[in-house]
Amino acid sequence: MIVAQRKPLAEIIKAVEPFEKILVLGCGECVTVCMAGGDKEARETALALSLARKKAGKPVQVKSHTVERQCEFEYLEAARKLVEEADVVVSLACGVGVQTMNIHYAEKQTLPGLNTTFMGYPAEQGVWLENCLGCGNCVLEETMGICPIARCSKSMLNGPCGGSQDGKCEVSKDLDCAWHLIVERMMKFNKLDALMEVKPPKDWSTSHHGGPRKMIREDVKL
Amino acid sequence: MKSNLQKVLASGAFAVTGELGPPKSAEREKIEHHAKILKGYVDAVNLTDNQTAIVRASSIACGKIVLDMGLEPNIQITCRDRNRIGIQSDVLGAVALGIKNILCIQGDHASFGNEPQAKNVNDLDSINLIATLKKMRDEQTLLGGDKLEAPIDIFIGAVANPFADPFEYRAYRLAQKVAAGADFIQTQAIFDMERFERWMEKVRELGLHKKVPILAGIIPLKSVGAARYMKNNVSGMIVPDHIIDRLKAAPDKKEEGVKIAVEMIQHLKTIEGVAGVHIMAVAWEEIVPEIVERAGLLPRPQFA
Repeated sequence: MIVAQRKPLAEIIKAVEPFEKILVLGCGECVTVCMAGGDKEARETALALSLARKKAGKPVQVKSHTVERQCEFEYLEAARKLVEEADVVVSLACGVGVQTMNIHYAEKQTLPGLNTTFMGYPAEQGVWLENCLGCGNCVLEETMGICPIARCSKSMLNGPCGGSQDGKCEVSKDLDCAWHLIVERMMKFNKLDALMEVKPPKDWSTSHHGGPRKMIREDVKL
Repeated sequence: MKSNLQKVLASGAFAVTGELGPPKSAEREKIEHHAKILKGYVDAVNLTDNQTAIVRASSIACGKIVLDMGLEPNIQITCRDRNRIGIQSDVLGAVALGIKNILCIQGDHASFGNEPQAKNVNDLDSINLIATLKKMRDEQTLLGGDKLEAPIDIFIGAVANPFADPFEYRAYRLAQKVAAGADFIQTQAIFDMERFERWMEKVRELGLHKKVPILAGIIPLKSVGAARYMKNNVSGMIVPDHIIDRLKAAPDKKEEGVKIAVEMIQHLKTIEGVAGVHIMAVAWEEIVPEIVERAGLLPRPQFA
């Protein structure tokens, strides 16, 4: 899923300072699951904004609403009336949702209420880990299902580097060395040959480094 | 034209390389001062490339300064700060300046250094970098396939860290680097000799010592604090307690540090497959002549 975290409240308060009617718009997908921008968080944020402005002596009208999916135009229509009534929208979706809102409601400004952190998974309650960079050329079959592009701090194809100690990355003792895990799994599955293989440099042109990406599928186009 | 280091290793002599850290300034005289100390005592001198991700004068520029003084540079290139365009360009520029030895390194993560907000490039990894240099030299070809307009001659170095984990993998990693095209190896500084010897055993079992000369890393310890700092703060380094205790107990810490280094070198000379030592006395360069002399490594071989 896409994992995100709410921006510090002070930052949101400052961003909406010039506005009188605010809509806080949640999203029912990934950010609901990672407890950053679902209906509950949209209500909480709306209340917090309202209180903060009341305290500051500049009362404001704040409403909240949540659409099923902010990253697709068809779901955004459900919020049309509320969006049109507001001076500004604070989106609690990921960066994709903030942008589809700005495209769909081009006459209105939608501001980000979250920082989109990464693509990852909940490792345990309250802990999320990044494990995919969307590089456009998956190598997981070569690395025992552990992504060195996302999970190695240096995105090495031939790792681990000399900074790997006790299974931890040199960047932080809280961070597993992805290549340590890969090597352990290769040894477990008796794939020493794979371990010895020298992999060529990665073609980064399929990743963001090749420029913003666009995907066209003729087979599903209308 | 072969590099001096290449000739020393080919002659079978026990090689000695040194290390200089470029200054955090543009003071040419600082590099010259340290290079003067090392001249005549080492076969080549490494110029570090923004080590521990701290911004310093360029390794290639400092290599040229050293070269002008009649000392042979070994330029370190990390994968952290440049992509394959920048690296290949720098290699061509370095060779044009007369630099012959290039050491391929991954590079410490930028979070260690004084620009922690920097983008870590890592377009290539260290093994890719070795293969890239080999392709440039042996096939006269850039990574992207374009032909170089003229051949280049370089002696390709790589590093090995027997003290990083997983230990069982470390000799295989050396095999990968040899397969990628490494001509010589310099290791991380050794304090845990027992672990180094276990690594060398595996290296010999894989026959790697016959394919590539290995220069064992030495860092002379100046103080108990320096030893503790390396134990706790330098990634991929093991400093056993017995070394720290020995320094602690010694009345003259510096003399004890020299003794430890000399004893280690003498022991390393007896290990099959160790072709030399790489002495990294950064911030204590002036001790190198004494260590080289007391270890019986003088005079250094000369070639016409």
